[in-house]
Amino acid sequence: MHIIDRRRDPGGKSLANRQRFMRRARALVKQAVREASGARKIREIDGGGAVTIPADDVHEPSFHAGRDGGMRDYVLPGNKKFVAGDRIQRPKQGQGSGSEGSPDGEGEDGFRFVLSRDEFLDLFLEDLELPNLAKRQVLGDAVEKRHPAGFRTSGSPASLSVGRTMRRSLSRRIALKRPNPAELDKMRRELGDLERDGDTSGRIAVLKAEIERQERRARVIPFIDPVDLRYRRIEVTPEPIARAAMFCLMDVSASMDEHMKDLAKRFFSLLYLFLTRRYRQVEIVFIRHTHEAKEVDEETFFHSRESGGTVISSALIEMAKIVKQRFPADQWNIYAAQASDGDNLSSDNARSVALLRETILPMSQYYAYLQVGRGDFDREDGVFARQETTLWRAYQELVRPNLPMAMRKVNDRRDIYPVFRELFERRDEPAEAR
Amino acid sequence: MARARKTTSAAPPAAMPREPLFTGRDWDFDLLDRVYGAIGAIADSELKLDIYPNQIEVITSEQMLDAYASTGMPLFYKHWSFGKHFVRNETLYRKGWQGLAYEIVINSSPCIVYIMEENSATMQTLVLAHAAFGHNHFFKNNYCFKQWTDATSILDYLAFAKNYVAACEDRYGQENVEQILDAAHALMSHGVHRYPGKHALDLKSEQRRLEERQAFAEQHFSDLWRTLPKTASRRKRDGEDERRRQMLGLPEENILYFLEKNAPRLAPWQRELIRIVRQIAQYFYPQRQTKVMNEGCATFTHYRLMTRLHEAGQITDGAYLEFLHSHTSVVFQPEYDDPRYSGINPYALGFAMMEDIERIALAPTPEDRAFFPDFAGCGDAYGVLRDAWANYRDESFLLQFLSPAVIRKQKLFRLIDDAEDEEIVVASIHDERGYKAVRRSLSRQFDVGRQDPDIQVADVDLAGDRKLILHHNVVDGVTLDGKDAAKVLHHLANLWGYDVKLLEIEDGATIAAHDGSPSRAFR
Repeated sequence: MHIIDRRRDPGGKSLANRQRFMRRARALVKQAVREASGARKIREIDGGGAVTIPADDVHEPSFHAGRDGGMRDYVLPGNKKFVAGDRIQRPKQGQGSGSEGSPDGEGEDGFRFVLSRDEFLDLFLEDLELPNLAKRQVLGDAVEKRHPAGFRTSGSPASLSVGRTMRRSLSRRIALKRPNPAELDKMRRELGDLERDGDTSGRIAVLKAEIERQERRARVIPFIDPVDLRYRRIEVTPEPIARAAMFCLMDVSASMDEHMKDLAKRFFSLLYLFLTRRYRQVEIVFIRHTHEAKEVDEETFFHSRESGGTVISSALIEMAKIVKQRFPADQWNIYAAQASDGDNLSSDNARSVALLRETILPMSQYYAYLQVGRGDFDREDGVFARQETTLWRAYQELVRPNLPMAMRKVNDRRDIYPVFRELFERRDEPAEAR
Repeated sequence: MARARKTTSAAPPAAMPREPLFTGRDWDFDLLDRVYGAIGAIADSELKLDIYPNQIEVITSEQMLDAYASTGMPLFYKHWSFGKHFVRNETLYRKGWQGLAYEIVINSSPCIVYIMEENSATMQTLVLAHAAFGHNHFFKNNYCFKQWTDATSILDYLAFAKNYVAACEDRYGQENVEQILDAAHALMSHGVHRYPGKHALDLKSEQRRLEERQAFAEQHFSDLWRTLPKTASRRKRDGEDERRRQMLGLPEENILYFLEKNAPRLAPWQRELIRIVRQIAQYFYPQRQTKVMNEGCATFTHYRLMTRLHEAGQITDGAYLEFLHSHTSVVFQPEYDDPRYSGINPYALGFAMMEDIERIALAPTPEDRAFFPDFAGCGDAYGVLRDAWANYRDESFLLQFLSPAVIRKQKLFRLIDDAEDEEIVVASIHDERGYKAVRRSLSRQFDVGRQDPDIQVADVDLAGDRKLILHHNVVDGVTLDGKDAAKVLHHLANLWGYDVKLLEIEDGATIAAHDGSPSRAFR
C-alpha cells in the first residue's frame, strides 16, 4: 500500500468540461441570467449565483421504459397493513409510490446550477460595448513592453542572432561556392601523396593550380561577411493602461425622493460594473448637488438629504474642476452619468448646456443623462400628458449623433436594465453589417 | 463482552487489549499506515480477503467534485455532459443539499482509493476498511469483473482515450467530435456485450470436446431419429435474407458494436470514438450488475473489521460510536411510504443479506435449513460469503440467498401494476406463500438485462433505401419512452447515415414504431 497526497495537485480538472457545458447551454443560460437579474437586487447582480434552465436542451436521452402502460411488477420495503390479494387505488399521478424516479435522479422540468461571478457577468453584459473605448492613455513610466519584432542588419553585439547570421552565411557560401575545408585538405593530401610517389603524369601541376585557385577563393569569400550579420530587433511599445474615472452626478434636492434615488443608484451600479469589466482601474467620483455641488462619499451620496434649489451647472463646474485636478483628460477615460428628476432653475439651463457642450463633452468618453420619474404611470397616461421638463428639452437640443451623449427616461426599476442595454448596445455600422 | 472474551481465548496473540490506534479526530500519514496495517491483519487472518495492492490518494473536496463529474475515474476525455454533472453536484454541494462521498474506489490494479482530507480519523479507518478491503476484494474476485474488465490496463486505456479524443478535436474540430460522442453516449446502455464471445479453443480442450461428443454420440445414437423434417426448402426461400443477416452478424444487441463495424459512412476516427465509448460502457457494465453485492460486500467487511478493532481496543468507544452513527445512516432503508424513500437501498439490502448468510451458516433455524440446505449450519460463514462474492451477481445472488428472515425484516411486499386494471394488486407479502414470489420479483428488479429494454439491430434494407431496422422485444407490454426514443433514434440515424426504424414487438405483433432520419449525417 502506498499513500499519495493529491491535495496539492492543480484543481479545476472539470473546468474544461464545465466550459463546454456552458457553451452548449449558452443561449438558455443567457435567457436565465436576464430573468434572474430582473429578480435580483442590484447589489447582488455581480455575485454570480444559481440559475435554472430548462432541462430539455441539455438532456441526455437513452432508450428506457416509458412511465405508463404495460404490466409492472415490483417489490417495496416496509409493508404495514397489506395482505396478499389486497387491491389499492392507483395513485393519481404517474406510477406513484412505486416509480423509481428518472434514472439519474434528474428532474424533468428544470436544471439548476450555480454560475460563477465571471460567467454571470459575461452573459449579463454580453453584446454591450463601451463607446469610444479607443482613447486609452499612455502612462510614462515602467509600462513599456518589449517584444521581438523580426531582425535587422545593425545593432549591438549583444543582440546578434547567431542562428540567423550563420544561416545566411551558409547559404552565401554555398551560393558562391566557397571551398569546403575538408575538400581542400583532401586535395592537399593527394598532392602530398603524388609528390612522394614522384608522379609524372602532370596531375601535380593541375592539382597545384586547383589548390591555388581554391585557396584564393576561400580568402576572397569570407566565412562570415558583414552582409550576413543579423541582429534581433526588439520593439518597445508603450503599454496602454486603460483606466477610467466615472462621475456620478445627482440632484439631491428635496424633489428627488427615495424611489428616484434608487433608480439612479441602480443605473450607476450597472455602469460601474460595466466599466470594471472593461477597464483595469476605475475610479468613482460622487458629486451631489442642490444649488451648489460637492464631492461626497458613496454613503452620503445616496442617503443624506439636502435642501435647496437645483442648479445643475454647479455640478458640472465641480466635475470640470475635479477632472482638471485629479483626472487629466489626456490620461483618463472620463465617463459621466447624471441623474435628475429634470427640475432645474430655468435660468440655469442655458448655462448647463453651454458648459456641457464646451467643457464636459469634449473631455468625456460618454455622458449619460438619466431622467428618473416617480414611477406612477397614472399621471403620464392621463388626459394631460406630462410636459417634458425644461432640462430635458434643453438637453435634447444639444444631442447630436456625433456627440458622446445619450439621454433616457426611466420610471420603473425594471426599466433600468433595458435602458442600460439600449445605451450600450453594440452598434455595428450598417455598411459593415452588409 | 463474554463473546469478546471467548474470541480472546480462541485467537490468543491477536486480541490482547491494545493501545487505541488514535484518540482524537486528527490523522496523519503515519496513522493511516498503522490503521491500514491493523485492518489488513484482520482482513487477512479472519476474513481471508484477497485484494489488489492499494494506492490511497488523499484529495480535497474540490477534487472530489471533479472526480464525481468523470464517473470517479482519475482521467477521462472531455465532454460537456461531464460538465453538466459537475455543475449539478457542485450546486447541490455548495447549497448544502448533498454531502460528498467519503471515498471513491476504482476497479484498477493497483486499486485506487480516494479519501477526503476532511474525514476524521475514524472515518478514514472506516473508509479504508470499506473501500481498500471490501470493494477491492470484490473487484478482484467477482466473476463479472474478472470476465469483463482488465483492472491492470484500464488507466492506460483511459489515458489513450483522453489523448485520442483530444487529438481528434484538434484535427476535426471540437464540434464534430462532440456530435459523435453525444450520439454514442445516447446509445451507451446498448453498447455492451452481455455474453462473452467465443474464444479460440486450444488443442487440449478441442480434444476433450471431441471425446465428449463421441461419447455422447455412442450413447445416444438412434437411427429412428432420422424423421426430422429436412430444412432445405425453407433455407432456399429465406436464403438471401439469412445470408445478408449472417454477413452483418445480425441480430446484434450491441448497437454501438454494430455501428462501429458496419455503419457505411463513418470515418475511421469516428469508429474509434464509438469504440472508446463502447469499451468504457463495457468496463462499467459489471458495476451496474452488482450494486447490491458490491456495496453489501464492502459494508459487511467494514462492519466486521471496525467491530474487531473495537473489540481489540484498537479504536476507542467514542470512535466506535462515531462509526456506528455513520454506518447506520448508510444502511438505513426508508419504507415505501416514507418521503425519503427513493428505491431499495443497495447498501441496506446487501448488508442485511450478508449478515443473514453469516447467521444461517453459524446458527440456522429449521426454516433456514429448509431454504438453504447447502450451507445452513456449515460453520464456515466467511467461506460461504467469499463464494457468493466471487460467483454471483445481484440477480442470481438475490435469487439464491434472499432468506425469509430478511424478507420479514424488511417487510418486503410485491405489487402488480397492470395498466389495464383499475387498481394495483398486492400480489405477495412477507409470508409463507409469498417468500419465493417476492424473491423472484426482487431478483428480476435487479437484473440489468431486464432494466435495459431488449433492443436489437434486426435487419438492414440493403436492396432499398438502406434503412436500419431495430426490434424492441417488449416484455409485459412495457413500451419505450417515446420522446427519448425519438431523440436516441435521431442520434442513431446520424451515425448510421440513413433512416432507422424501431419496431416494438410483443408476441410477434408490432405494437409501436418509431422512426429516425439523419439530420446531419457524419461523413
